[in-house]
Amino acid sequence: MSLLAAAGLWGPPGLLLTFALHPALSGPPHRDYCVLGAGPAGLQMAYFLQRAGRDYAVFERAPRPGSFFTRYPRHRKLISINKRHTGKANAEFNLRHDWNSLLSHDARLLFRHYSSAYFPDAGDMVRYLDDFADRLGLHVLYNTTIAHVTLNKDRQAWNGHYFILTDQMGHAHRCSVLLVATGLSVPNQVDFPGSEYTEGYESVSVDPKDFEGQNVLILGRGNSAFETAENILGVTNFIHMLSRSRVRLSWATHYVGDLRAINNGLLDTYQLKSLDGLLESDLTDLAIVKDREGKFRVTLKFFLEEGNQSADAITLPQDDNDNFAMRVAYDRVIRCLGWNFDFSIFDKSLRLSSGGEFSKKYPLVKASYESKGSRGLFVLGTASHSVDYRKSAGGFIHGFRYTARAVHRLLEHRHHGVAWPSTEHPISQLTSSIVRRINEASGLYQMFGVLADVVLLKENATAFEYLEELPMQMLAQLETITGRRARHGLFVINMEYGRNFSGPDKDVFFHDRSVGHTEDAWQSNFLHPVIYYYRHLPTEQEVRFRPADWALPRPTAIHHIVEDFLTDWTAPVGHILPLRRFLENCLDTDLRSFYAESCFLFALTHQKLPPFCQQGYLRTQGLVGTESLRRHGEERRFPQGYATVGRRREDGAQGPEGGPLAPGPPLLQPHDSNKEEL
Amino acid sequence: MMSSSFNIYRVGISFVMMCIFYKSAVDSLSELSPQKYFSTLQPGKASLAYFCQADSPRTSIFLEELNEAVKPLQDFGISVAKVNCVKEETSRYCGKEKDLMKVYLFRGNILLREFPTDTLFDVNAIIAHVLFALLFNEVKYITTLEDLQNIENSLKGKANIAFSYVRAIGTPEHRAVMEAAFVYGTTYQFVLTTEIALLESIGTEAIENAHFYFFHCKQVLDLTQQCRRTLMEQPLATLNIHRFIKTMEAPLLTEVAEDPQQVSTVHLQLGLPLVFIVSQQATHEADRRTAEWVAWRLLGKAGVLLLLRDSLEVDIPQHANVVFRRAEEGAPVEFLVLHDTELIISRVEGNTHIEEMQEDEDEDVQSPDMDIQDDEVAETVYRHRKTQLPLELTVELTEETFNATVVASDSIVLFYAGCTSTMLLTRVNCADWSDLCTKQNVTEFPVVKMYKEGKHPVSYAGMLGAEDLLKFILLNRISCPVNITSVQEAEEYLSGELYKDLIPYSSVSVLGLFSPNMTTAKEDFTKAGNYLRGCVITGIYSEEDVLILSNKYGATLPALLLARHKEGKVESIPFANSRVQDIVQIVTNALLETFPEITVENLPVYLRLQKPLLILFSDGSINPQYTKAILTLVKEKHLDSLTPCWLNLKNTPAGRGVLQTYFNALPPLPLIVVVNLHSGGQVFAFPSEQAITEQNLLLWLKKLEAGLESPITILPAQEWKPPLPAYDFLSMMDAAASQHPTRKEPECTKETNMQKNDKKQHEDKSTIRKEPVETLRIKHWNRSNWFKEGDKSFRHDNKEL
Repeated sequence: MSLLAAAGLWGPPGLLLTFALHPALSGPPHRDYCVLGAGPAGLQMAYFLQRAGRDYAVFERAPRPGSFFTRYPRHRKLISINKRHTGKANAEFNLRHDWNSLLSHDARLLFRHYSSAYFPDAGDMVRYLDDFADRLGLHVLYNTTIAHVTLNKDRQAWNGHYFILTDQMGHAHRCSVLLVATGLSVPNQVDFPGSEYTEGYESVSVDPKDFEGQNVLILGRGNSAFETAENILGVTNFIHMLSRSRVRLSWATHYVGDLRAINNGLLDTYQLKSLDGLLESDLTDLAIVKDREGKFRVTLKFFLEEGNQSADAITLPQDDNDNFAMRVAYDRVIRCLGWNFDFSIFDKSLRLSSGGEFSKKYPLVKASYESKGSRGLFVLGTASHSVDYRKSAGGFIHGFRYTARAVHRLLEHRHHGVAWPSTEHPISQLTSSIVRRINEASGLYQMFGVLADVVLLKENATAFEYLEELPMQMLAQLETITGRRARHGLFVINMEYGRNFSGPDKDVFFHDRSVGHTEDAWQSNFLHPVIYYYRHLPTEQEVRFRPADWALPRPTAIHHIVEDFLTDWTAPVGHILPLRRFLENCLDTDLRSFYAESCFLFALTHQKLPPFCQQGYLRTQGLVGTESLRRHGEERRFPQGYATVGRRREDGAQGPEGGPLAPGPPLLQPHDSNKEEL
Repeated sequence: MMSSSFNIYRVGISFVMMCIFYKSAVDSLSELSPQKYFSTLQPGKASLAYFCQADSPRTSIFLEELNEAVKPLQDFGISVAKVNCVKEETSRYCGKEKDLMKVYLFRGNILLREFPTDTLFDVNAIIAHVLFALLFNEVKYITTLEDLQNIENSLKGKANIAFSYVRAIGTPEHRAVMEAAFVYGTTYQFVLTTEIALLESIGTEAIENAHFYFFHCKQVLDLTQQCRRTLMEQPLATLNIHRFIKTMEAPLLTEVAEDPQQVSTVHLQLGLPLVFIVSQQATHEADRRTAEWVAWRLLGKAGVLLLLRDSLEVDIPQHANVVFRRAEEGAPVEFLVLHDTELIISRVEGNTHIEEMQEDEDEDVQSPDMDIQDDEVAETVYRHRKTQLPLELTVELTEETFNATVVASDSIVLFYAGCTSTMLLTRVNCADWSDLCTKQNVTEFPVVKMYKEGKHPVSYAGMLGAEDLLKFILLNRISCPVNITSVQEAEEYLSGELYKDLIPYSSVSVLGLFSPNMTTAKEDFTKAGNYLRGCVITGIYSEEDVLILSNKYGATLPALLLARHKEGKVESIPFANSRVQDIVQIVTNALLETFPEITVENLPVYLRLQKPLLILFSDGSINPQYTKAILTLVKEKHLDSLTPCWLNLKNTPAGRGVLQTYFNALPPLPLIVVVNLHSGGQVFAFPSEQAITEQNLLLWLKKLEAGLESPITILPAQEWKPPLPAYDFLSMMDAAASQHPTRKEPECTKETNMQKNDKKQHEDKSTIRKEPVETLRIKHWNRSNWFKEGDKSFRHDNKEL
C-alpha cells in the first residue's frame, strides 16, 4: 500500500472540498463507525454496517479498494483456492471451498464469477473488491490517508472516548468505534551486518531473466520466499534458502499460512540433490559481506565484531571449517521475511501494543477482537490474526469474513441492543439443527477452534436457541456479549483436528491415520465436529485456565462425531445416531422421532409422551406412515409391533437393524433367545 | 451404604486377626507355685499348666512355643501357666524327672487331659490340641466312611456339616479347623479325619495337606439323597474358612430389582465378585433354574443374583444377559452377553486370568446395540433409501426457480431436508437451498406451505399424510371465508349443495351472519376464517336481508350458523363481543363430534379436552345399539366428565397394541374402557360379561365415580429417558491421558468371539503385534466384530484411500 500512498494525494477535488467544509461547523465530522482500510476485511465490515443501517465510513488511502493486491503477491498468483464446483447447490457449503469471496446477499458477488482459475490471479481480486464496494454501495472515502489516530476522552461517547482520525490534509474525523483493517503493510526487516545488500520481496525483480545463471540466497521460509524461488528455480545456478527454523508445510500443520504445496518445488529439488538447498540458522547471528568481485559472502556477525578489517580480511567460516555449507559466493540475496502491522499511526494513548513473543507482528487483541488497550477499537482482517496465528484461518479472507461478522454482531448488541441472532426450536429439532450446521456451516469449518455454534437450552430442555459462530473464547461472557440467557445448560459445537495430528514434523500420512468407527471418534485426526455439553456456563477463570490442548474448559460431557472422508456427517448410524444418544443422555430424555401411529399408541398407553410426539403429534403435526411403510413394518413386526409397548415382545426377535419401536420407559429387551442357551 | 458395611466387616476381620495373631509382650507366661496355681482356677474356665522343676532351665524350645501360645489361648478364654514344682509343695502333677514333665489341661479344677510335651511341638500343636480336647463334642473325629455316612444321615434335614481332612493332628491346618470349630461348632457339625483313604472314598482328587468340605445336609429331606458338597478351594487357614462359611450361610440366590451398582451382599464384603443373571417376567422360571445352577457352581467363589429387568429403574444394555461386578470398590459394572453358563463360571474362576489377556478385548468390544438404529423414522427412511419415489409429479424448485414458480401459479411447497391438479405440487430441498428456506422462514423440516397468488403463504399445520394434506389443499381452493351474496346461496351453502365436492373433507360448514354495519365483528370473523383455512369451510353473509336467515335459524346477530352435514342439522351460536381467538375456539369445538371414531389423526384433537377417555373398542363397525346407548348417556349428561369415543380396529390397527397393553392379551371385542390419561393413568374395564346397555353402563360409571372399581392397569408415568447410553468419550480421553488402558461404558463383551479360535483371528493377532499401539484399537475392534465384516470393514477400508 505504501507504494500507492503518493497517488492518494491526488484524489478527486470534490471529496476534499466536503471535508474542508465540515469542521468549520461543529468540530470534526462524526461517525459511529470508522473503518480503516478498504481491503477485504474493511469492505466486509462495511457491508455488515451498511446492511444494519449504521452510520459508518471506510477510509482508504488508495483510489480503489484492495490496493495491497495491486502489487502483491509479486508473482500474481493467489494461493487461496477458488473452487467453482463441489457438486452441491448449498451456497453455505460451497463457501467452505471458496476462499476468496466476501459474504454478501448478492450471489453475483461470488469470486467464481471473477476467475476460473483454481489459484486465481491477484488482478481478479482487485477487480472483485472493486465490484464489491461498488455494487453494494459501500461508503468508502478513497484517497484518504489516515496519518494519525488519537484518543479524546468524552463521557458522552459510547466507550468513554472518541477516536480522532487525522488525514493527510490535516482534517480530523471523530469516531465512536474504530475498526482497524489495515492489514500487515510493513515489510519485516531483520537487522544484521550487510542487510543493506539484500533486496526485498516487495521490490525484487519478478523477471526470471534477471536471475539467469546466478547463485541466489533467499532469506525466509514462508510462502513469499518459496513463491520467489519457484519463479526463478529453472534459471538460476542454484537457490539456497535460509531461515531460523524448519520449513512448516501446510499439509502437515493444517494451517493455510504455512508453506502450501503449490509453492514447494524447491523442496523437491533439494531432496533430489539438484543443487538447491534449505538451511536453518538464526539470521541475527549472520553477516553478509561483499567481496572484491561484488559477490556476497555469508559469515558470522561474531567474526565481524572481532576487529575493523577490510572486506577482504574478514574471517569467513570456511577459513576454519573448510566444508562450511554456505561457502559459495552469492550473486543475490533476497529477503522474504513477511510483514508487520503498521503501528506508527496510532498514538500512544490508544495503547495499541504488539502481541506476545510469537506474534510480534500483530496488535494485541482479545478473543472478541477488541484491543486490550482501548475499548471500542477493534482489529479486523489479517491484522487480527494474533487470535489464531498458526491455528486457523483468521488471517485470511475465508476466515476473517466470519470474524468480521462476529465483531459486527457484538457491536450490534453492545451499541444498539440487538441481541445476537438466534433461532428457537423445540427440543425435538435439536439433532437435526446440529446435523445441518456441521454439514454446511462454513464459518465453523474455516474458523475451527475460534468460532463455534452455541445451543442454549430453555428451562426443562423443552426448547433451545441456536446461536451461530460465536468467538469461543468469549464463552464465559456469552450473556453480556450476546444478550441471550444461558441458565439451563448449553452445547458448544466446534470443529477440531486430532490433538496430535498437526505439526511441522508430523507424519500426516501414517497408516491408520483415520478413524472409521464411532466409538473411536474421539481419536479422529481430520477435522471433525466436537460437541461440548455444559450444565452451567463456564466462568472466565475456567476458560482461561482450561487444560492445555483443550479448546474449551472441561465440559460435563463431550461428543466427537467421527471424522468423515467426505466431510459429510449425515450417515444415519455412523454419525447421527451416536450424536442423538449423546444429546439424549445429556438432556436425560428420548429424542427419537416417531410416526403418528406410534405416538397414538404411546398417547393411549403412557401418561407421558416422548418430546417428538409431544411437540409434533399432540399438536396434530404427526408424521403419518404410508401404506408401504406399514406393510413393510408388518413383515418385520414393526411399526406394527404394538405388542411390544409396555409388554415384552412376543417373538423376542429383533431384526438385524434393530427394533426402532422399542419404547422408552420401560425399556424392554427381547433376549430370551440368549437365555435358552444358558 | 455399601462402604460402611464393608468397614464394619473389616473391623470384624481385624478383630479376628488380632485374636489369632496378636502377640503381646505383656501377656507372657505367668510363673506360679502349684498352690498358687490351683487357687487361681475358676470353675468352668479352662486352664493349661506346665508343671516343671524349679531348677529346670529357664528357657527351652517348648517354653518358647508355650509362651507364644499364651495370648491366642487367652483369646479363647484359656489361661496358661508355668507351675514351678518346688520341693516344699510337691504336687502329683509334678513329675519325678526333668524330662518327664507334662502339660495338663483343666476345666475348673477338673483335669481334662494331659499332654506329653513332645505332642505339643509348636504353638500350632498346642492350640490345636487344647481346642481339640475342649471341643470334644463339637468336633467328631472319624476314621471310616461309614462314620461319615452315619453322621451325614443323622443330620439330614437338621444341620450342615463342616468336614475336614488334615494330614495330622497338631498341624497348622488342624489348628485352623479347631479355631473355626470354636466359633462355628454350635452351628455346624464339625467332622475331622486324618484318614487319607476316607478322603479318597468320597472322591477327592489330588489330595493335599488338608481339605475342607461343606456338606449341605440341612435342606436334604429325602434320606436317600446325598448331601451336596462344596469344597473349599482356598488353602486351609482360619480366615479362609471363616470367609468360606460366611458364603455358605449367605442365601444361594437372591432376587434383586435395583441397580447392580447399588446392590450389596456379603460376597462383596468378603471380596468376592457378584454375578447377576438378567431375567424378565416371561422367562423368570427358566432363568431362576439357570441361576440356581450357576449359583451352586459358584458357591464360595461368587455371589449369584437374579436381576429382574422388568422392574428395574436403570437401563441396562439391551442384549446383556449377565452383569458382572467385581468386589473392588469403584470397579465398573460389566455388562456381558454370554451364551453359555460355562462362560460365566470360567469368567469368575479365571477372573484374573481373563483380565490379563482381556485388557484390550474389554476396551474394544462395544455394546452391539448402540449402533442399532432405534429411531423408527430414521430407520424407515434409511430402509427406503433405494426406493424410487414418483417425484416426477412434483417440481423440484431451486433458489432460481422458486420465486418465478410461486408467483406464476398457486403452489404447495414441501420444504424438506436432504433426507404432493391445478395446483402445482413442488418441493425444495433445503439441504441444497438453505438460503431460500431461511428466507421463507422455514427452519424445521419438513414443512408444507401453500403459496396463493396475492396472499400470504399459509403453513400447513396438520398431519403429514396424504389424506390430511389433500383436505388442506382442497379446502384452500375456496376463499376463507367465502362471501355469500344471496339468501338462496346461503341456503345452498348450508345444505352442502354449494360445495358438494368439499363436504367429504369438512363435516361442518360455518356461516357468519352480520348486519352490514358490523364491521369489527366481520373483520374478526374474516380473520378467524383465514386462520381456520384448510380445516373447515367458512362463509360470511352480511347483506341487508340477513334477518331472513337469522330469524329462520333463531339467531341474534352477529351469529354463527353451523351446518352439520352428516346429521343434516343447522345450529346457531351467538358470538357478540367474541375476539378472533374465541371464534376460532367456538368453531374448533363445534368440529368435535359427540361420539367420534377415534383415529390416529384425530386423537390429539380430543386429547386437548383433557378429560378421561371412554373408549369402545370394536373390531369393525360399531353396533348401532351401542352408539344409541352411549348417545343417550351423553344426552342425559352422564358422560360430561368423559370424552366418549370408539375405536375401529380395522381402521386403526394400532388399537390392538393399546388393548394388549391394557389386558396383556387381546380380549374379546367389543369392550369398553375408561382411560384416565391426564391424572393417574388408571385404566378401568367395563365387565365383559355384562351387556353393553345404557343401564349397565350407567351403573358401572357410578361405581367408577364412587371409587368402587379397581383399575385393570395403571399406565406408566415415567419420563422418556434416553433409550441407550452414549459413548463416554470424556472418560476415554481421561483414561488415555492418564496412560491407563481405556475402559468403555457400558462394557459389553462378546464372549463368543473369544471362544472362536478360528484361523482368521490368529492371523489378525499376529499382524496386530507388529503395529504401533495407536493403530491397535481400530483393528482390534474389527476383529471382535468380524461377523459384521460385511458392512463394517467396508467402511473402514474405504476411508482415506
